Amino acid sequence: MFADGQKIKITARSFNFYYGKFHALKNINLEVPEKQVMAFIGPSGCGKSTLLRTFNRMYDLYPGQSTNGELLLDGKSILDKNMDVNLLRSKVGMVFQKPTPFPMSIYENIAFGVRLYERLSRSEMDDRVEWALKKAALWEEVKAKLSQSGLSLSGGQQQRLCIARSVAVKPDVLLLDEPTSALDPISTAKIEELVYELKADYTIVIVTHNMQQAARVSDFTAYMYLGELIEVGKTDMVFTNPKQKATEDYITGKFG
Amino acid sequence: MNLLGLYTSLKIRSMANTINTADLKRQHLFDMLFRNGTRIFAFLVLVLLGGIIVSLIIGSLPSIQKFGLSFLASSEWDPVQENFGALVPIVGTLVTSFIALLIGIPISFGIALYLTELSPKWLKRPLGIAIELLAGIPSIIYGMWGLFIFAPWFGDNIQPWINDNLGTLPLIGEFFQGPPLGIGMLTSGIILAIMVIPFISSVMRDVFEIVPSMLKESAYGLGATTWEVVWNVVLPYTRVGVIGGIMLGLGRALGETMAVTFVIGNAHELNKSLLMPGNSIASALANEFTEAVGDLYTSALIELGLILFFITFVVLSLSKLLLLQLAKQEGKRT
Repeated sequence: MFADGQKIKITARSFNFYYGKFHALKNINLEVPEKQVMAFIGPSGCGKSTLLRTFNRMYDLYPGQSTNGELLLDGKSILDKNMDVNLLRSKVGMVFQKPTPFPMSIYENIAFGVRLYERLSRSEMDDRVEWALKKAALWEEVKAKLSQSGLSLSGGQQQRLCIARSVAVKPDVLLLDEPTSALDPISTAKIEELVYELKADYTIVIVTHNMQQAARVSDFTAYMYLGELIEVGKTDMVFTNPKQKATEDYITGKFG
Repeated sequence: MNLLGLYTSLKIRSMANTINTADLKRQHLFDMLFRNGTRIFAFLVLVLLGGIIVSLIIGSLPSIQKFGLSFLASSEWDPVQENFGALVPIVGTLVTSFIALLIGIPISFGIALYLTELSPKWLKRPLGIAIELLAGIPSIIYGMWGLFIFAPWFGDNIQPWINDNLGTLPLIGEFFQGPPLGIGMLTSGIILAIMVIPFISSVMRDVFEIVPSMLKESAYGLGATTWEVVWNVVLPYTRVGVIGGIMLGLGRALGETMAVTFVIGNAHELNKSLLMPGNSIASALANEFTEAVGDLYTSALIELGLILFFITFVVLSLSKLLLLQLAKQEGKRT
């Protein structure tokens, strides 16, 4: 599926996930290539977001959720008990369905995450904030009002602020969980453009309900249904010539 | 609620049929009654408040005329000579409430934090109920427990230690010297802390619980620890509620009468030491109203009440100012 020499960032092997007794992810085998965009598509409740949330062990926050099988980041087990979850999350950033700016200034929203790991001087921090906001294509819009609340921005700007916040920590992977589902078309277009630019530096996994979006932004697409990974492949192949009937039905709108 | 239910059912019925004027008129009537009824209730608050203030002022006029502003600065309290000053009870009220918050806020914060973020699910409910039960215990029980159980134990075991260790410190030492009587300002503050903890912690728990999990997850997603998430995200997000909870506790501490009366010692003496007996406004009122003979004595007590009212008002205003200031810092206003 991948070109020669393509490095694999995340690997799942016979990976299972349970909410209590409910078997939410069934025997997932998947490889996410480095510095590419992979989209997870599928009907609601198929496990896309669940799978995404295992990549940074977000499920750890809640009791009763468990896994088995293998899940690797750069060949190291994410599920390992000894894995420092906070360190993992600094390497695997996440952006959510709705913008979630912290109740603090725009500047502090960016600086907060950076301060968790790095001791920077004031000027270094200024540079980092500017760098991150530029990466998220937000700098021009907010450079004059960095001390204002992150909540004062529009929804689309808030979401780019959240992306900037994740980028500022310099992660390897960005997980985007339906990042545009609460945004208007123009903001959505901006975020999609951003995803395209960010993949030069980051491995991106995006969950989306919008199949056009998956087709537009991703290099690889994985179709999931009822907790199973039905098909994964190059996006143009999955969309034009799906191997599985189920995938075809979903993509052509016969189902889901 | 019944009125509202009736109103809604009327509305639904009238929508199903064609609207007739009689129904419509009745609806308007109900609507008007409802609106004016609630308005009366709301204005009742203002009337009550105004009435209490006015009657307090009228009642304390003789004392105000006699002592003027020196009433606030004088620590005299001599019913025989009819020479009164409010300094001792004012200080006692403020100091005991301050101690209560100093102890109560961190503990309440810890309780709320544990309940919302860390506690296993099966423990949440019993702990939550226990806190609500604590809040429901009548204050006289706290007072009796404080006087008969806590104060002797505190005097025998803790106060000597305080004397030996804190009492020898420079600067703050003199606040912690004195005979281990058990009762006193510090004991009152501690009992008050126990009494305000359920209030503050249950409000904090309630507001912590409304923080969207997605917001917390975004902070965890950056690699923040539970403490960092709570301190930097949950607390700023809920600060209006948290400060409201603290004010609720402070309001209770300032006005608490029975429990404080039992353990503060009711001595009209100004002492630097927290281990010494003192007095608070509310307990002075409770203790002395029945035996107040003469207009001036009664009037001085009523003026104490007015001062307590004023203190509460100032505290509330300060908390509003604090909230404004915090909003400014956060950058909502520039």
